[in-house]
Amino acid sequence: MLEVKDLHASIEDKKILKGVNLEVNAGEVHAIMGPNGSGKSTLASVIAGKEEFEIKKGSISLDGEDLEELAPEERAHNGIFLSFQYPVEIPGVSVTNFVKTAINESRKARGLDDMPANQMLKLIREKSELLEIDRKFLSRSLNEGFSGGEKKRNEIFQMAMMEPKLAILDETDSGLDIDALRIVANGVNKLRSKDNAIIVITHYQRLLEYIVPDFVHVLHDGKIVKTGGKELALELEDKGYDWVKQETVV
Amino acid sequence: MAYTEEELKKELETKEYEYGFYTDIESDTFPKGLNEEIVIGISKKKEEPEWMTEWRLEAFRVWKDMEEPEWPNVTYQKPDFQDISYYSAPNNKPKYNSLDEVDPELLETFKKLGISVDEQKKLAGVAVDIVMDSVSVATTFKKTLAEKGIIFCSISEAIQDHPELVKKYIGSVVPRKDNFYAALNSAVFSDGSFCYIPKGVRCPMELSTYFRINQAGTGQFERTLVIADEGSYVSYLEGCTAPSRDENQLHAAVVELIALDNAEIKYSTVQNWFPGDKEGKGGVFNFVTKRGLCEKNAKISWTQVETGSAVTWKYPSCVLKGNNSIGEFYSIAVTNNFQQADTGTKMIHLGKNTKSTIISKGISAGKSQNSYRGLVQVNSRAENARNFSQCDSLLMGNRCGAHTFPYIEVKNKSAQIEHEATTSKIGEDQIFYCNQRGIDTEKAIALIVNGFSKEVLNKLPMEFAVEAQKLLEISLEGSVG
Repeated sequence: MLEVKDLHASIEDKKILKGVNLEVNAGEVHAIMGPNGSGKSTLASVIAGKEEFEIKKGSISLDGEDLEELAPEERAHNGIFLSFQYPVEIPGVSVTNFVKTAINESRKARGLDDMPANQMLKLIREKSELLEIDRKFLSRSLNEGFSGGEKKRNEIFQMAMMEPKLAILDETDSGLDIDALRIVANGVNKLRSKDNAIIVITHYQRLLEYIVPDFVHVLHDGKIVKTGGKELALELEDKGYDWVKQETVV
Repeated sequence: MAYTEEELKKELETKEYEYGFYTDIESDTFPKGLNEEIVIGISKKKEEPEWMTEWRLEAFRVWKDMEEPEWPNVTYQKPDFQDISYYSAPNNKPKYNSLDEVDPELLETFKKLGISVDEQKKLAGVAVDIVMDSVSVATTFKKTLAEKGIIFCSISEAIQDHPELVKKYIGSVVPRKDNFYAALNSAVFSDGSFCYIPKGVRCPMELSTYFRINQAGTGQFERTLVIADEGSYVSYLEGCTAPSRDENQLHAAVVELIALDNAEIKYSTVQNWFPGDKEGKGGVFNFVTKRGLCEKNAKISWTQVETGSAVTWKYPSCVLKGNNSIGEFYSIAVTNNFQQADTGTKMIHLGKNTKSTIISKGISAGKSQNSYRGLVQVNSRAENARNFSQCDSLLMGNRCGAHTFPYIEVKNKSAQIEHEATTSKIGEDQIFYCNQRGIDTEKAIALIVNGFSKEVLNKLPMEFAVEAQKLLEISLEGSVG
């Protein structure tokens, strides 16, 4: 589904990604771990199409289609979803209104009419229950005055509403207490299917106890330096990132 | 392609004025220049009684010795008042009873605006008094209103048919010598609207007027007078667009509202005069005096959406004379390219237990300058006066400016005044977030701006709110679609 080949990316001439290779197939969950500054969030942003990053070399494709020439909204229309590490506030725009606009814009891009209101309401009810979201929450302004946990839950709610092909969760666990983490992870697990794929970016092994990955990759200094199964996460937790760094040097 | 902030700014700047077209209707236009003969000429042309002619002349004499105000935070080439023609009227003089009789070109103009009279007639409960080049061309729903005793007509008609009301109230809220532009307007106003709601009557429909500047080189001097008698209610809508033109056009209107005991007036405006091109060339100068007087327990709400004009100078105000009276001001002012707006309100608390609310939303893009200027004044006898003011500014790009000039004068210790102000910027992060959810940049800006303006948009009557929302999008989006 997603194919990242020898990806080099920079911001303002600072090299951040230095040759990332990653292949994600439908039905898989991949975890990307690594210390601060290793390039995890950059990788997510580059896949989503954030313009400030420049691709110097290599390629990214989704279902065989090269993504480089596509605008971020076109990538979204193709089924890429990024759960942001720091979701932005949009005052005066309710969660419901925002999600409705997002869904209908994507439908428009596919040549479909707006989703009928009753169908939209049903979907909202269903997905908000899945994530144990209070209905009152949906009429609040997007992310304005939300707690860290509410912001992340709202991201996953949007993911549930949009049913993406490829979801990238960028440090969705940060700022979550253990109950919220369980609810969010539970929601993500229910969204897993043989047709979609998920990339989980995280510092800690904790989230991976709930969302069990098929593959774990360790990103260090802009490269994937180690790949393994879910047990790699445990090993990392045990030995720390210094272990990987030393191994790379050797 | 995704947008950087730089590209975004560029796109905003290249947005062209959508309603820049010109209707070719034969006109009856006065020679340029202003003197006593011209003033008398206008009055004669309108077959006005002598008291009105005298009233105009007195205003002209006052105006001659006045100077244009210098204090607003705007810079522009001052108009040459002797280089303006002060009267221009569409040639087809007779009033029409049905649309079939109206000049088809005029109807075409309204179609282009998407607000055809046809459509308006269908819109439930909206009566339209169209002001085109200063003379009312058609008045609809007059009969329905007449049954309730409501008078809704052009001010010229009112001068003929209801001189006692006009004589009593014209200039009573905005005196002729109030300011330079009010004096000018009083001398040369060509037409405008008049509305009287009798005691205890609730006007069953929104009263609506569409303004439009249409003749090259003619300024427009509208005069509006709305009187809500004791215990009555009226909601009045005013909206306008203007054709694209190279030279500057002057617009100096006066609006007076009188809310007698227990009456309520809601006055909503959507203003979309030609703002000038992206180099800042052309555009309308909008110097407007709007003021309302509240007697006991009366309420006046001003709601305005200002997207047009090269220079805007406008402060819809409330004089809270009666005890327990209420004044409200809700405003959205959008400036783009080289537009300049200095707008706000004055809330004058004279009576006891008077309350006022000010919500102002300024949106600046391009190289524009957007200023809020507001006065809250509490008189020494105004016990327990309350005011709440909130001024929010939204900036797009790095070359525009937002300014807030709040003036607070309190002479009574029991007053409670609150003022809140915020400034924010549409960031690349917000745009990218929307893009990532499949929302393109144009739609994202519209979403963010509408969210920012929501508190004010909610105050507009429904059909007007939709139009206002559309205008906001047109004013700020890149390509117009």
